[in-house]
Amino acid sequence: MNMSVALPVIIPLLAGALSVMFWRSHFAQRALGVLGTGAMLAATVWLLLETWEHGHIVMEMGSWPAPFGIVLVSDMLAAIMVVLSGIIGFATAVYSLSGIGKMSEKFGYYPLLHLLLAGVNGAFLTGDIFNLYVWFEVMLVASFALLILGGERAQMEGAIKYVTLNLLSSMIFLTAIGLTYGLTGTLNMADIGDKLSTVEDTGLITVIAMLYLVAFGVKAAAFPFFFWLPASYHTPKVAVSALFAGLLTKVGVYALFRVFTLIFNQDVDYTHEILLWVAAATMLTGVLGAAAHYEFRRILSFHIISQIGYMIMGLALFTPLALVGGVFYIMHHIIVKANLFLISGITFVMKGTHELKHMGGIYRTNPMLGVLFLIPALSLAGLPPLSGFFAKFIIIRAGIEAEAYWVVAVALVVGLLTLYSMIKIWAEVFWKAQPEGVEDELRDVSSGPMIWMWVPVIMLALMTVAIGLYGEPIYQMAAMSAEQLLDPSQYIEAVLGEARQ
Amino acid sequence: MNMHSLILRTAGHFLLPLLLLFSVFLLLRGHDEPGGGFIGGLVAAAAIVLYLFSMDIRSARKVLRVDPRDLLGAGMVLAVVSALPAAFLGQAFFTAQWWEFTAPVFGEIKLSTVLVFDIGVYLVVIGSVLTIMLNLAEAED
Repeated sequence: MNMSVALPVIIPLLAGALSVMFWRSHFAQRALGVLGTGAMLAATVWLLLETWEHGHIVMEMGSWPAPFGIVLVSDMLAAIMVVLSGIIGFATAVYSLSGIGKMSEKFGYYPLLHLLLAGVNGAFLTGDIFNLYVWFEVMLVASFALLILGGERAQMEGAIKYVTLNLLSSMIFLTAIGLTYGLTGTLNMADIGDKLSTVEDTGLITVIAMLYLVAFGVKAAAFPFFFWLPASYHTPKVAVSALFAGLLTKVGVYALFRVFTLIFNQDVDYTHEILLWVAAATMLTGVLGAAAHYEFRRILSFHIISQIGYMIMGLALFTPLALVGGVFYIMHHIIVKANLFLISGITFVMKGTHELKHMGGIYRTNPMLGVLFLIPALSLAGLPPLSGFFAKFIIIRAGIEAEAYWVVAVALVVGLLTLYSMIKIWAEVFWKAQPEGVEDELRDVSSGPMIWMWVPVIMLALMTVAIGLYGEPIYQMAAMSAEQLLDPSQYIEAVLGEARQ
Repeated sequence: MNMHSLILRTAGHFLLPLLLLFSVFLLLRGHDEPGGGFIGGLVAAAAIVLYLFSMDIRSARKVLRVDPRDLLGAGMVLAVVSALPAAFLGQAFFTAQWWEFTAPVFGEIKLSTVLVFDIGVYLVVIGSVLTIMLNLAEAED
């Protein structure tokens, strides 16, 4: 029995439970935060290595056999995603040592952090569609509580939009699950994929596929369901923003990748054509929104949306190279995006504001931070030799090979506009002189506690460079996951292999 | 918060032990029949809340003896820990483990990790409901 597939879920659950138990001690909670997420990161790396070596790893929880019990399944895509969640979880926990404040700790920041990570990892690893819904709800509960930590007015406003839209998406998701169960009589994703290929009523299947598209589209902040994201992501603590930006929407993208390769692969011409339009519209609206704003975290929030478009484009083109590009893009994006949010936290400590108009001159006082910002920012815009260049290059090449020229054109224009708004942040925050008449509301610039905000930023920046310069193993992993995604029979065989004999 | 009702106060005193006993009964019965940790925990929490309404916050906290947040933490740890023994025996997480033995007075007794999980849920429900209720009651004062 291979334990590696369950540990990424069990470890954060245990760490969360323990940190509720030690709610009186700030020290114990912080220690559990770093140790728990560190252990989780180690477990996820182990899982990735195991999956790389042995292919699919399946565990039937409680020894109830599939397709009746709940299974945890790790294929290359799921394993890559949990490693990313381990990296971001660990980075956030370290950052929180000096970036979250006593009040948030008192109201249960660390237990919620662990619960959120457990939900994210559970969603990545589960092989049961209803269980996926449950993990989505776990994430929603934890993220709602994290969103309102601090209790400012803007936070409540953002949180209400966030929860309303996400509940709506959950209801649609639940409806889709009900219809799927009515059609196939099973909730196990491998079993659904297996049974759907024998169902004759393809019209109904497409209807269900569209319901899933809407449900996961809301979670992933795809066009036209994205508006909850820029309304809420700039309001909570920076560490929470970074965690959300890195992981939450990507769970929606992951779910799209999962169901539109494993389950809905009958009518690709129709479903994936819609996905392609969604991808193009998502890229464009996101980047245009970013161009219009002058608040650090709002710009970054809109960029999340436009980047989601690239990932969905990889899925929609549905060629081997495009899926490689999509997976590569997710890997690059999660690290870069979380890092940019963490940097916005450091500049906030320095300047006391997120408004670009009121900031300036950081490059003069702190050139190191300027360089650290430029690495993820230029990577996001897709400049070689950083990770974003290769991610964009693979996707655009796949688009040309698939002769979807108009999407390629959109993607290239969006890349230019991304560069524009990254340069805008660079010019306003780092390059231009401190505007006159605006006093620095200096908070706490002593290097003592600040060090823990710098460590994860440097760590993630180094990863961005490493992916760019030494991308071959990353590419290999993405290629292997794409190969598995395009051949769902491997997944079905791994889960149901014994039951079908 | 005090309702100043003699009837309610007397009833609260008498009902508290009965309801707590009933909640444990529900918890243990839940393995094969309707009941279980969730329902049992709600009944136990309702018993304390009834006591809170008939008396006041101080005496409700006193009758509970521990902070509800400690119950919450202990319950969560129990529930997660109940998943682990199976892993050491080479089985999947959450696989039920049973121990049977005969005790002098009670006869044959079956203990299992399922029961540990249910006790965990029981404590989590009591802890979370009372954390909310006591905080709300204090906010109103």
